[in-house]
Amino acid sequence: MSVSRQTIEELQSKARIIRRHIVEMIAEAGSGHPGGSLSSADIVTALYFHVMNVDPKNPKWPERDRLVLSKGHAAPVVYAALAEKGFFPKEELLKLRKTGAMLQGHPDMKATPGLDMTTGSLGQGLSAANGMALAAKLDNKDYRVYVIMGDGEIQEGQIWEAAMTAAHYKLDNLTAFVDHNGLQIDGPITKVMSPESIQEKFKAFGWNVIDIDGHDIQQILEAVEEAKTVKGKPTVIVSKTVKGKGVPFMENQVGWHGKAPTLDQAKEALEIL
Amino acid sequence: MTNMKSPRIAYGEALVELGEKNELVVALDADLAHATQTALFGERFKDRFFNLGIAEQNMMGVAAGLSLCGFIPFASTFAIFGAGRAFEQIRNSICYPKLNVKIAVTHGGVTVGEDGASHQAIEDISLMRSLPNMTVIVPCDAIETKKAVFAAADIEGPVYIRIARPVAPIITKEEDNFEIGKAKVLKEGKDVSIFATGLMVAKALEAAVTLGDRGIDATVINIHTIKPLDEDLILKEVAKTSKVITVEEHTILGGLGSAVAEVLVEKGMKAQMKRIGINDTFGQSGDPEQLLEHYGLSAQNIVKVAEEMVENLK
Ligand SMILES: Cc1ncc(C[n+]2csc(CCOP(=O)(O)OP(=O)(O)O)c2C)c(N)n1
Ligand SMILES: [Mg+2]
Repeated sequence: MSVSRQTIEELQSKARIIRRHIVEMIAEAGSGHPGGSLSSADIVTALYFHVMNVDPKNPKWPERDRLVLSKGHAAPVVYAALAEKGFFPKEELLKLRKTGAMLQGHPDMKATPGLDMTTGSLGQGLSAANGMALAAKLDNKDYRVYVIMGDGEIQEGQIWEAAMTAAHYKLDNLTAFVDHNGLQIDGPITKVMSPESIQEKFKAFGWNVIDIDGHDIQQILEAVEEAKTVKGKPTVIVSKTVKGKGVPFMENQVGWHGKAPTLDQAKEALEIL
Repeated sequence: MTNMKSPRIAYGEALVELGEKNELVVALDADLAHATQTALFGERFKDRFFNLGIAEQNMMGVAAGLSLCGFIPFASTFAIFGAGRAFEQIRNSICYPKLNVKIAVTHGGVTVGEDGASHQAIEDISLMRSLPNMTVIVPCDAIETKKAVFAAADIEGPVYIRIARPVAPIITKEEDNFEIGKAKVLKEGKDVSIFATGLMVAKALEAAVTLGDRGIDATVINIHTIKPLDEDLILKEVAKTSKVITVEEHTILGGLGSAVAEVLVEKGMKAQMKRIGINDTFGQSGDPEQLLEHYGLSAQNIVKVAEEMVENLK
């Protein structure tokens, strides 16, 4: 695929900006989920700044591509991307989670322009994405639907009901990511309740499965392009990631799932990012 | 200075103590063991603790199966994912067969705070109260939480215990008697009866002090058991004042206020009544105390409502 070296570098530096926002906004809020926001940062950056056809001036544009952040606790990564895209002023980022804020702790599509679905209760996003993909087929529209799930989240039974649905209705306009960072709240996914083998499960459910490094922009873009060419079945991109990616003291640390950095820790993180 | 403690910490400690006394007690969680505090039980009794992962519906079914084989399961998650996500499993696999499963959920109400509406259960009391065979308890502080856990284990059948997240004032005493289904008058008065549940009991007590300063003598009643409701005590108290205020960290539709109103109307009791609760809207992100204020769940608002009620009748 022909993505220039320059495009990749631009996206990489955009991802760094997104990560900086994540750290700053969660530190300012005093609560939130840095680990899973940082692990999805490269995927979200690639989607919003290269892949998805959206219009910040017209967030409800019917032809737009859609993203459902099924792992809704990672809201800061999408908020940062939407602000950088110009859906709303960046000042909003620092009001995250405060009383009356546009940016709720978990995605609230009624409150935030650019959000395609309200999420936060894990396991529900893939079903909604199915509905959007079915609607595109009914309406003969060629927008695509993207969804990001956590690797702990896929323990929810509803995910597998939805996985069955997507294959049954041959939703080739749907591309799912599993942010495979190996951790959930109570520990490593394999210790708590193993969903392995994620790839084999989706294959058995009738999906096209692509394995990538979820921090490699080039691989993300290639996988998305491949998904567009696969007809008759949905694609899942199982993305190997590092929870807390980019902030060394957070990387692979289960304790950084749902804890805000102090202002000092945020400063330390920003010096590295 | 009032002592403060989070009811959910008290839950974790009580569960361990209960586990020491009764080896049939087992605990289940759904990837929130540190938040609900069942992790304490898990550390102490490795074999009797099951983390089902992010799969609340499955957890309720597994709890049902354990109870069918003689164990006393305590299944925990956040209130929204227990009463909400797994509602129908609780109905058909636990309440209908009347199984001995205890559902002890934390993070009830808007004091969940910053996580926002998706995580704030404000309809769980209503849902759980509607289920035949279910007992519904909403402890007001850490001490009462512990007593509720022990009392729940002592009775046969499904019990729902709704436990608050934040650090909260301790307003009951160790030596106070706790009996499921028996409400408690915490302060006697003659002008207005305030029925409160959960964290709102402390707010009602605080309001009663201010009201007293302003010449209004309020009764404060702790309705720790929503079901079975202590109808006799409610009727007795309302007969004295004919003025009723209910306060709950919950929608006003179907919770404590509704339950009290049902009793009063059906028994033909004439009374002025005002329900304080969340007025048919969702919660939102924010500081817990700010949110309580926003939704009228503050001592100040209880005072205002009581004053208006008394003024109107003068
Ligand atoms: C239905 C439901 N149950 C529980 C939770 C609480 N919760 C929030 S995040 C999380 C762990 C998610 O782990 P994973 O999906 O792996 O996310 P990531 O590692 O990407 O942050 C849990 C249990 C929830 N939000 N929804
Ligand atoms: Mg994970």
